[in-house]
Amino acid sequence: MFELIGIPPQALFGQLLLGLINGSFYAILSLGLAIIFGLLNIINFTHGAQYMLGAVFTWMLLQYAGLNYWVALIVVPILVAAIGVVTERLLISRLYDLDHLYGLLLTFGLALIIQGLLRNQYGISGLPYSVPSQLTGGHNLGFMFLPNYRGWVVAVSLVVCLATWFTIEKTSLGAYLRAATENPTLVQAFGINVPRLVTLTYGLGVGLAALAGVLAAPIYSVNPNMGADLIIVVFAVVVIGGMGSILGSIVTGFGLGLIEGLTKVFYPEASGIVIFVIMVIVLLVRPAGLFGRAA
Amino acid sequence: MKVRLVLAAALLAATSLSASAQQLSVKLGVLNDRSGIYSDLAGEGSVLAARMAVEDFEAEKKGIKVEIISADHQNKPDVGSNIARQWIDQEGVDVILDVPTSSVALAVNQVVKEKNKIFINSGAAASDLTGPQCSPNTVHWTYDTWALANGTGTAMVKNGGNTWFFITADYAFGHALERDTSAVVVKAGGKILGAVRHPFPGSDFSSFLLQAQATKAKVIALANAGGDTINAIKQASEFGVTQGGQALAGLLVFASDVHALGLKTAQGLVLTEAFYWDLNDKTREWSKRFAARNGQKMPTMVQAGVYAGTLHYLKALEATKTKDTATVMAKMKEMPTDDPLFGKGEIRADGRKIHDMYLFQVKKPEESKGPWDYYKLLSTIPGKDAFRPLGEGDCPLVKKG
Repeated sequence: MFELIGIPPQALFGQLLLGLINGSFYAILSLGLAIIFGLLNIINFTHGAQYMLGAVFTWMLLQYAGLNYWVALIVVPILVAAIGVVTERLLISRLYDLDHLYGLLLTFGLALIIQGLLRNQYGISGLPYSVPSQLTGGHNLGFMFLPNYRGWVVAVSLVVCLATWFTIEKTSLGAYLRAATENPTLVQAFGINVPRLVTLTYGLGVGLAALAGVLAAPIYSVNPNMGADLIIVVFAVVVIGGMGSILGSIVTGFGLGLIEGLTKVFYPEASGIVIFVIMVIVLLVRPAGLFGRAA
Repeated sequence: MKVRLVLAAALLAATSLSASAQQLSVKLGVLNDRSGIYSDLAGEGSVLAARMAVEDFEAEKKGIKVEIISADHQNKPDVGSNIARQWIDQEGVDVILDVPTSSVALAVNQVVKEKNKIFINSGAAASDLTGPQCSPNTVHWTYDTWALANGTGTAMVKNGGNTWFFITADYAFGHALERDTSAVVVKAGGKILGAVRHPFPGSDFSSFLLQAQATKAKVIALANAGGDTINAIKQASEFGVTQGGQALAGLLVFASDVHALGLKTAQGLVLTEAFYWDLNDKTREWSKRFAARNGQKMPTMVQAGVYAGTLHYLKALEATKTKDTATVMAKMKEMPTDDPLFGKGEIRADGRKIHDMYLFQVKKPEESKGPWDYYKLLSTIPGKDAFRPLGEGDCPLVKKG
């Protein structure tokens, strides 16, 4: 058997596939962040908490209402997005005229409150949630055992990412949205309700985070801190992709998942920081990010 | 003149009276993780355990006034040692309790030694605390990496698991656990095929599990704890590790982890613990009282250790009537330990607390009679065999004697 850089190719393929799966989470999460930043100019630090809420609500639906994973997949993103919409109307909308920093502080504070409340209630060890019976088991691909559920995650996230990209870049609704960010006054003059558009956009971004949370519930530990651990990485992904770039966040999300996966094979100790090292390099070479346009 | 004399006499009488009834007043600081991945297995529950020890001991009646404070070390050695220093220097803390996360515990161990106070550790695992880094000021109460390795490692090899691969948390604790377990496995005739070190805390273990699967090792050992172990076990079941004929060894699994995993995922796991709430009447009685005040969550062995350690310290205080560090430490080591949770035992010269350890197996869902009914007792490892022999730890305190 030939070897590639000291590693049998089978193992390498397996690791690449796993990287792609992790990349799916990065992609969905960073996509939501990029939309919110691109269209609202808000650095949404609550994103991690909203992702966590997605997972916790999934558990709650099963625990208290007996509703299974498939119901949660539809209901939870809508529910969390609705909470997001209320938050946007009540709090975030007051900050649009202020410096970025205020939005960052507000959303960071909200995240801490949400995490703290749930930690008090449920502790930190996590809540048990199983893979839905239709997706248990897996396939032996020859080079690795691929659990069906992981395949499902990749498929869902690809579809969701492409659909979101298409909506924003190729439809008239997306065109309104992009126009509203360029010049809200002018767009409003054409009779378009810009504040509502902005609110719905925030809802969409939050809904994406919650969807990632539902997808994560069966495979990661569902606990109040799960988002806090991930959000920093996702921010790095957004920065590398270029703040506000939709396509950039999707491509970098998957790409960095792959790179992180490879690091776990060649030098696992560094897998926690490799993304940040890349971020530093990108910021030095292309401060606007890989796909960003220089302001 | 007369009035003044009477007044003076009264004053004198008053002061001497208060002197004879003078209280010993001590301050205990519970330093642990209160928000991160170890906050369920230690956290506020450990503070409650310390408080219950003070209440059960009826310290107030015995003339000992106890104040308990707590803080969050965030699993960071620098934060932990700063708090310890501040507690001792400014707040007059006499004893530091708990301190899970070995890297933090080793840092606090140095601070307490330097300041000549007392450190009763329950939460940390690194056997170095009573090995090369042992201190005359430290008692390591509940468990350590050597005891875990000895319990689970020996049992797994005996059952035919003779090739091992480690998934190790990349800090002091993980390294110590991997080192001690490797030694046990090799001694029992097993072979170590490799190890992978993951960042702490981690969330995705699939890559490491895949590497472990590729080695075809019979045993995949998890040298990590808390949320890391939970994630790894959850993902191992997803990737069909056990169906593939490999066994999973959780080298440090707490009851709270099993609770979080659910029996469906955790069943069959073999693990070593120093305490389980359902061991005997005494542990059941205490644990039920504890759970009633802890949101119906049963105690972990770490919390039990904080209770027992505090109790033993208070007994030593009562016997010596002083809080002079050297006197109290000498008393604690001289006096045999006896408490409802760990039974009879002793504290060795190197600071190691000796008691029985237990090898448990996690029940199948259908075997469990209710919430928190999780473990089957496989065997009891008597105290004399459960911990590293006194002479093998390279503790400078022992060499002297």
